[in-house]
Amino acid sequence: MTATPSASARYAGVPRWVAVVAAVGALFVVVPLVGMVVRVNWAQFIPLITSESSIDALWLSLRTSLTATALCILLGVPMAIVLARTQFWGQKILRSLVLLPLVLPPVVGGIALLYTFGRRGLLGSTFDVLGIEIAFSTTAVVLAQTFVALPFLVLSLEGALRTVGTRYEAVGATLGAAPTTVLRRITLPLVLPALLSGAVLSFARALGEFGATLTFAGSLQGVTRTLPLEIYLERETDPDAAVALSLVLVVVAIIVVSIAHQAGESGPLRGGLRAAPATTAPTPVRKSGAA
Amino acid sequence: MTRVATRNAVARIAVGLLAASVVAVLAGCAGSGSGTNDGPGASTPTSATPTAGSLHGSITVFAAASLKQTFTDLAARFEAENPGTTIELNFAGSSDLVTQITEGAPADVFASADEKNMSKLTDAALIDPAAPVDFATNVLEIAVPPTNPAGITSFADLAAPGVKLVVCAPQVPCGAATVAVEQASGVTLSPVSEESSVTDVLGKVTSGEADAGLVYVTDVKSAGDAVKGIEFPESSGAVNTYPIAVVKDSAEAEVAQAFVDYVTGSVGQSVLADAGFGAP
Repeated sequence: MTATPSASARYAGVPRWVAVVAAVGALFVVVPLVGMVVRVNWAQFIPLITSESSIDALWLSLRTSLTATALCILLGVPMAIVLARTQFWGQKILRSLVLLPLVLPPVVGGIALLYTFGRRGLLGSTFDVLGIEIAFSTTAVVLAQTFVALPFLVLSLEGALRTVGTRYEAVGATLGAAPTTVLRRITLPLVLPALLSGAVLSFARALGEFGATLTFAGSLQGVTRTLPLEIYLERETDPDAAVALSLVLVVVAIIVVSIAHQAGESGPLRGGLRAAPATTAPTPVRKSGAA
Repeated sequence: MTRVATRNAVARIAVGLLAASVVAVLAGCAGSGSGTNDGPGASTPTSATPTAGSLHGSITVFAAASLKQTFTDLAARFEAENPGTTIELNFAGSSDLVTQITEGAPADVFASADEKNMSKLTDAALIDPAAPVDFATNVLEIAVPPTNPAGITSFADLAAPGVKLVVCAPQVPCGAATVAVEQASGVTLSPVSEESSVTDVLGKVTSGEADAGLVYVTDVKSAGDAVKGIEFPESSGAVNTYPIAVVKDSAEAEVAQAFVDYVTGSVGQSVLADAGFGAP
């Protein structure tokens, strides 16, 4: 399935018009990137991306995105396991709700977070009592990023769990392993590639977060102004800086996507797993990268 | 045999769908393209003298976001007084509008929230340097939630510790005005957030996240009961002047100039004054 020769042999059978339309599609994605790159002021590129505000924004973006990714793994792995391995009333609805941030405009997510964690929000007074202030803090940025990035991890992991099936887990259990041991020694190693690619995708989504952060967290250098917000602001006065920083984000995105691709394709256990028949019904929301 | 037939049918449907979507996309492009050009292009050129009543044609007015209410009102009145004219309005931050016009967006009139953005277009020779006319002024005002939880009464109160203050970033006009007031008054503010637009500042105040925000007088007025405005004398240290001008390449220069005259005339001035703008 993943071998290169068979892939290239199959390519000969693709109708020419498909290739033509595909090329148009590829151009549609690539040409705007070229359009941006030709506008980069190369003479000023290094000073522009190493200005104090740029470095602050990049550093803040990396820190918050990594924290958000860690939170996504912490919350997302149990969520994916429960969704893939158990059956209960309302599960379908719950899955749709969990995946909702994926399709919501981020600004809507920001408004929802504002009315939940904001000072006058649903939980705002609770946090106030605990002495935790979320509004205008870096915590707010991490919350916004986790909110929008979590579905990516749950989605890819749940798909992988369903594809892998429960055969090995059942064998482990009959040999006397406790559920936690089965999870730790069998389930998680089996879906590790999907977990990695899911985590990288979550990181990428967190890094690009803009709407929810702008609505919910505010914008202050070094505290809440992440790279996308910095780009948005610089555009007002210094388009060159905005373009230079955009290019930095594009490069980071390319690196992230290629890592996710590698993690998704070259899992050491993949070959063996293909032979294992899936004992549960395939999920309707399986992603090709995770399967 | 049946299998092949099915596959062919599927292929045919796929091709059909693809073709349909390509056509739709192209039609969409063409539609929006002609839509934007429709205004100046499709209308017949006017040869009559520019007196009220004889005006014909449609123009596109690019105006600063803070002019949304007043210009929507004025455009409707202008159209009513000059049957045969239509006005398309495009509102955005002044610097966004400058970028759009520089990149070739079809604008006939540009109304800026500050002189800096207007001079970007006169410098680029897209507007005659003699054309811009000042038509309004705007000053900053403190906006607080209706309950005024931090008990703000003056500009100096904004610098008190514990006050969650939200302002515009210095890169945007309202933020530049904030910096000017800070320097003139000697009060150093330490905001919890520097937003990219007045609307974002106002949003943080109306939602109660912030104790106070610095916005324009007109923003406080249009926000109604959602916020309470507190005027402060230091605001005179930064008065924003709004210039308006006809864009050089306008295909409907007569209608465009008539609209500029309307804004700077008595009707325009009274509508602007009602919204809280100052006279130029």
